[in-house]
Amino acid sequence: MLDADFFRRWITATAASVDREAQRLTALDSAIGDADHGSNLQRGFAAVLATLEKEAPQSPGAVLSLAGRQLISTVGGASGPLYGTLLRRAGKVLGDAPEVSEAQLAEALRAGVDGVMALGGAAPGDKTMLDALIPAVDALGEGFDAARRAAESGAVETTPMQARKGRASYLGERSIGHQDPGATSSSLLIAALVTAAEGGSDE
Amino acid sequence: MKMLINVPETVVADALRGMAAAYPDLNVDVENRVIVRRDAPVAGQVGLVSGGGSGHEPLHGGFVGPGMLAAACPGEVFTSPVPDQMARAAAAVDSGAGVLFIVKNYTGDVLNFDMAAELAEDEGIQVGKVLVNDDVAVTDSLFTAGRRGTGATLFVEKIAGAAAAEGQPLERVEAIGRQVNDSSRSFGVALSAVTTPAKGSPTFDLPPGELELGIGIHGEPGRERRPMMTSGEIADFAVNAILDDMTPRGPVLVLVNGMGATPLLELFGFNAEVQRVLAERGVAVARTLVGNYVTSLDMAGASVTLCQVDEELLRLWDAPVRTPALRWGM
Repeated sequence: MLDADFFRRWITATAASVDREAQRLTALDSAIGDADHGSNLQRGFAAVLATLEKEAPQSPGAVLSLAGRQLISTVGGASGPLYGTLLRRAGKVLGDAPEVSEAQLAEALRAGVDGVMALGGAAPGDKTMLDALIPAVDALGEGFDAARRAAESGAVETTPMQARKGRASYLGERSIGHQDPGATSSSLLIAALVTAAEGGSDE
Repeated sequence: MKMLINVPETVVADALRGMAAAYPDLNVDVENRVIVRRDAPVAGQVGLVSGGGSGHEPLHGGFVGPGMLAAACPGEVFTSPVPDQMARAAAAVDSGAGVLFIVKNYTGDVLNFDMAAELAEDEGIQVGKVLVNDDVAVTDSLFTAGRRGTGATLFVEKIAGAAAAEGQPLERVEAIGRQVNDSSRSFGVALSAVTTPAKGSPTFDLPPGELELGIGIHGEPGRERRPMMTSGEIADFAVNAILDDMTPRGPVLVLVNGMGATPLLELFGFNAEVQRVLAERGVAVARTLVGNYVTSLDMAGASVTLCQVDEELLRLWDAPVRTPALRWGM
């Protein structure tokens, strides 16, 4: 079973890897966007960590809801509302249970991904974060490591796609040949599940 | 790359502090990033609220004042503001007549303003919205996020702002804003890429002998790259791209807008070419505005926006306005 501590480790590990990969995310974003994906997420997750420390939420659902709300209030752009909705919606599904199973986490993330799809109006193949998240959630039943691998290959597979959503879509065919920064950061979020399960927060 | 800044992290806050010092008519909340006209809320008037990423100055903070915006919310550089900012701005300017959000069609701006509208409506504030999407460089289809909002934002904010100043009701101000957007088209070119403070180097690589056609205002590459053209050739390309998409049945407002690093000497010369092409195509010009209004940091280049006007829109365009960047008649 996964407790509030696991979810705190997950968010902390995500923040650490966003921090480490910020330059790479920004470089990917400068090819087809406006070169701020890394610094925006870095700012958002730093604020999330500060809030988690201050408010010390006691259930998995509360950790995710708080993190989601904080991302919406600090990140801006498209990634703030989209990542915020992903975590908030998942947190809502988990409710205030003190511990949840891996299956319940998978179910909650599925609801979060549905929320992202509804909000952004994107579909698989549009070259967005969904191209990493959907395969990851599909693979969660086989464990965190399977989800990590699915998210990573999902992100890589955005390279030949033509963007149909967000700022990259304004480039038309010129968006082809570049890996999507949103799918890349999503794969970091999923990979952090493995770190959290190993007991570390990767700080 | 040399920039007149302290550190990238405080660029927006530093600019807001300086703006506050320069314009006592504005109430600048540096911490919460909301710029409000000092006499807001104005009884009986719809409050216009706009916002978007920083780096486009004077858009939007420079357009706050009587006859235009009631408040503006600047986000991080090229990043939309967050819903809390817009909800705060809405609360500050609502006189009971409601607020109108003016939103450029970028996924982030749309999502954050939609969330803000929910927050404001929860507080009992009536909210209207105009989505600006004037950029003809983007192919409009069911499979893309739609056209970007660029130069027409200025026309929408000025004309809807004049309608609000007259005390027209929210649904009417919103309808006028939509009419202005529907009547406007833009096209932009870049002669150099943007350098954002956070990245510190150009966001895309543009060799000296080439230009990007169909760029937006966020340092993203354009639709197409060509060898450098003359001002006259660029005017032909830009105006024809717009007129391929709209057929004005009356006079137009013309905005020849600098992207931030192109001097007025070049912009005025470019405007002469734009006016030549419009005359050749038989398009009557009602008013022309030349300058840096919807910029993209230090990008060199320009955009052209045309807005077809009827008598009422022209009257509202000519109505008095007093803001840091646009000021006439009072």
